[in-house]
Amino acid sequence: MNTLWEPFSFTFFRNGLVVATLAGALCGLIGTYVVLRSMSFIGHGLSHAIFGGFVASSLVGVNYLLGAGLWGLASALAIGAVTRRRPIGSDAAIGVITTASFALGLVLGDVFRGPRESFDAALFGSILGVSGRDVASVAGVSAAAIVVVFLAYRRLLFATFDPDVAAVSGVHTARVDALLMVVLATSILVTLKVVGVTLLAATLVIPATVARMLTNSFSQMLWLATGIGAFCGFVGMILSYHLNWKSGPTIVLVGTVLFCFALTVGGRRGRSQVAHLGHVG
Amino acid sequence: MSDTLVRFEDVSFGYGHHLVVEKINLTVEPGCFMGIVGPSGSGKTTLLRLLVGAVRPVRGTVQLRSGLRVAYVPQVETVNWDFPVTVGEVLAMALLGKRRLPWRSAAEGRAIEAMLDRLGLAGLASRHIRALSGGQQQRVFLARALIGSPDLLLMDEPTSGVDVRTRHEILHLLDELNAEGTAMLLTTHDLNGIAAHLPQLVCMNRRIIGQGPPASVLTPAVLEATYGARMDVLSHAGMPVVVDIDLQRPRRVS
Repeated sequence: MNTLWEPFSFTFFRNGLVVATLAGALCGLIGTYVVLRSMSFIGHGLSHAIFGGFVASSLVGVNYLLGAGLWGLASALAIGAVTRRRPIGSDAAIGVITTASFALGLVLGDVFRGPRESFDAALFGSILGVSGRDVASVAGVSAAAIVVVFLAYRRLLFATFDPDVAAVSGVHTARVDALLMVVLATSILVTLKVVGVTLLAATLVIPATVARMLTNSFSQMLWLATGIGAFCGFVGMILSYHLNWKSGPTIVLVGTVLFCFALTVGGRRGRSQVAHLGHVG
Repeated sequence: MSDTLVRFEDVSFGYGHHLVVEKINLTVEPGCFMGIVGPSGSGKTTLLRLLVGAVRPVRGTVQLRSGLRVAYVPQVETVNWDFPVTVGEVLAMALLGKRRLPWRSAAEGRAIEAMLDRLGLAGLASRHIRALSGGQQQRVFLARALIGSPDLLLMDEPTSGVDVRTRHEILHLLDELNAEGTAMLLTTHDLNGIAAHLPQLVCMNRRIIGQGPPASVLTPAVLEATYGARMDVLSHAGMPVVVDIDLQRPRRVS
């Protein structure tokens, strides 16, 4: 029993646990919109693009939240510019620009021999580097994301489900989309250190996908995904300590177990829904 | 603009050098019930998109009466039926007043229940949209459009993919709503099942070719100019019935 409580006596673990739980909840919340808008690739791409900024800002001694944030913004603008001016699909533009940014980050890290452990943490996630300031950043962004979703709930839902009709009905869809992108980019930025670039897309996608398999209601999916994300972060972090695994992969593996469970339960549920449809019309 | 709801003046729209609609002059008056017919790619949906401001004309102007409330019912084929949303949630998303909170107020709940009841969907608020019949699905999106009390209702192919009985139900419902004062503008491919029953028709193929009551618009000359195919027009119980005379009867294989 003492072994179970042992990690809680360490400040770094308590910080890591709080950040992982909040980051999981945040990714679950925003991931609902990412999954329903088929934006999973954007989440994947943005996390890779931000890594380039993370390395560059670490090397020149700029605050990584500022440096990586500006880098991510520049990447997003570059994607928009390439898509508008050339006959290239946005998925191809995201693929080229974000992987180029990621590769540049790797090369810069190798050539200038920056803090290797810090780069590894950004790639695969680590609880060792989580400071009190990181806890405050994730808590602040999580609170802001909840306020945004709370106040723009109907507009976000309308613009996600039916953007054309939402625009006709008075929703400023471009504004709503931009707001969502800002929340997504900020969420990626503050959760990067715990989950890691290579696995961030999974934490955005898995909780929302599991929640989708368990419900047919949007509001239920939103809160279920948030809860599942928080659960994966909390349990994944505790397991990562006891098993001595990296935090990011452990969090993702907990989510994967839940996904397999939901797939089994959802399979039965799906069959019963098909049977029910037979009585309609 | 007086009471006119919408006025298209010499409107053209296209992509690059290719014009999708050209020199459209059209007015939509209060209480009108107008159908737009034409072949695929003739610019029917583009006309609706120009009206709601989703695209801007390259020439001419589209003027809407000040404060006009427009609602749009999309083609059911464009709806994402796998989206996790219930009937009640679909209606609530259109309640975009000053209320910012995610959950519905008591008054909003009553308005949703009343609208569902009005459209024969009572008791289905917690049902997922896929778990409905074709007619019920169409009526859910009609209910979402009507809950904002629009002055003008735009519908893109409101009866596509539904059976004859459901088509009659929808047409009857639209007629009732029109009698209560809502102006209607819809696109359709169904000349005999829908267009011939409407008070006003617009035949278009990039340009407006004919406009007026069905009896004056559904003529062999206008139809051939619109569709590029020879059609005959018969009369049944005082209503025009369009017959495609270019269709060859299939030969029996001996």
